[in-house]
Amino acid sequence: MASFQVNKTYQEINEKIKKGQAVVVTAEEIIDLVRRKGEVAAAKSVDVVTTGTFSPMCSSGAFLNFGHAKPPIKAAKVWLNNVPAYAGLAAVDVYLGVTEPSADDPLNKVYPGEFKYGGGHVIQDLVAGKAVHLVAEAYGTDCYPNKRLERDITLKQMVNAILCNPRNCYQNYNVAVNLSNRTIYTYMGPLRPRAGNANFCTSGQLSPLFNDPYYRTIGIGTRIFLGGGVGYVVFPGTQHNPGKPRSKNGIPLGPAGTLMVMGDLKQMSPRHLVGVSLLGYGCSLTVGLGVPIPMLNEEIAHFCAISDEELLAPIVDYGHDYPAGTGRVLGQVSYAQLKKGKMTLEGQEVTCVPLSSLVRAREVAQLLKEWIAAGKFLLGEPVELLPLGDKGRGVPTAGRDS
Amino acid sequence: MLKKKVVLNFPPHLIDQPVTYKLIQDYGVVVNILRARITPREWGSMVVELGGSPKKLEAAMGFLGELGVGVEPLAREVRWHEERCIHCTACLAPCPTHALGVDRASMTVSFDQERCIACELCLRVCPYLAIEILFD
Ligand code: SF4
Ligand code: SF4
Repeated sequence: MASFQVNKTYQEINEKIKKGQAVVVTAEEIIDLVRRKGEVAAAKSVDVVTTGTFSPMCSSGAFLNFGHAKPPIKAAKVWLNNVPAYAGLAAVDVYLGVTEPSADDPLNKVYPGEFKYGGGHVIQDLVAGKAVHLVAEAYGTDCYPNKRLERDITLKQMVNAILCNPRNCYQNYNVAVNLSNRTIYTYMGPLRPRAGNANFCTSGQLSPLFNDPYYRTIGIGTRIFLGGGVGYVVFPGTQHNPGKPRSKNGIPLGPAGTLMVMGDLKQMSPRHLVGVSLLGYGCSLTVGLGVPIPMLNEEIAHFCAISDEELLAPIVDYGHDYPAGTGRVLGQVSYAQLKKGKMTLEGQEVTCVPLSSLVRAREVAQLLKEWIAAGKFLLGEPVELLPLGDKGRGVPTAGRDS
Repeated sequence: MLKKKVVLNFPPHLIDQPVTYKLIQDYGVVVNILRARITPREWGSMVVELGGSPKKLEAAMGFLGELGVGVEPLAREVRWHEERCIHCTACLAPCPTHALGVDRASMTVSFDQERCIACELCLRVCPYLAIEILFD
């Protein structure tokens, strides 16, 4: 066990939060504080650091229980606003995935497809309080004789609605460029030929897993800001791969850790769950997510203080390398550079834009800070931290990390 | 000074005429060419912003009409829905006129209608369908 000069427990911090005495800063504010005061002093004075990200997160969806009809139905096929939901569960439970397009979407038949409406948009409509059109079909059984149900339903009228995202919040991500000779349409947005633009998608120094690179505080049971409401980390996300190479400061040089998160959709808001249409790729959901990092000791302060200058992202060619799964990385670029809007790639100046919103990521970190400072949000102590080692366990994904 | 964005449609026989020159020289209007598509022996079109006193503009319109140049108001207007915009900045890369811009410190995106030439390049790039084209 490393010995620290500052040693706080979750219980102590929660006591302070309850009394309204906790000192909370955002992951941007802590950087300056540590620079001025040093790690130990910063760790003493601050109790919680809040992080935030606001990005398309394709591996998201919601479990919905729409309640029984009379006579009851064992739904086998279900659509919400004409978007199919998976109904291979108990009678009126479905899972609506955010990348599911409308049943009559022309997809990429007229290339590039626009994907104007899909599962992510249904979720946004639901949290906005709009009624969605539900159609359920069944084969009928002795106990569930109903074969067809059609009605408008709001989120309020549903028995349960649980956002459950198997993979969110990637720890670092590729900067996408396209070295081929034609424009390509990817989940990283349209990429113009010959490295005409570069798209990236994390909020850098504000991003949750950049602030706790070795998962010292984040694990099963961590209470988080999710989609404008309260959620939880429930498991390591799919493709969680902590074994990725790291730079000297401990930060993974590519997509590494991920989170599986869950929360009550009924408390969430359309401002922080936004449907996305990615030209030529498909639809998805942009999720506002923020993780509070408890300042247990000065090591936490150290990691939280790592700034955009020291966070590197891999540049990957989506024209050839990514679809071919070669795993080739063209180089590294710092988030400080990316946020300036321009970078150089082999002597060429390239415009870079984030697909995520820094404005909204800041808003998430700020809201979470306010909730904690006001005593409305307590820290959840993980029953188990995210796995760190055991490199052999992860199946290599050959650079396919979407 | 009055400003007007219009689309000028040139019949093939007028393509090689110095129409813009005359507008400036003889009618004293300011001509700002926003977009032009001119091919020999075909109808050409040009999106321009004309500026001048109401009187001068009227005279210029009369001149164009007599020549046989079709004048239509810019029928399309780009609408940026601020409330739908999440400030992802994806639309900045394709915008040729910097009508869509960002304040780097706050990373807030804004839209300057004056600069927009309705080229539509940003339209389908916006993942949040926050940019829309309106027809008159
Ligand atoms: S229509 Fe063209 S000029 Fe206008 S904002 Fe979009 S890209 Fe810019
Ligand atoms: S692409 Fe759309 S959401 Fe993103 S900044 Fe532009 S207008 Fe806003």
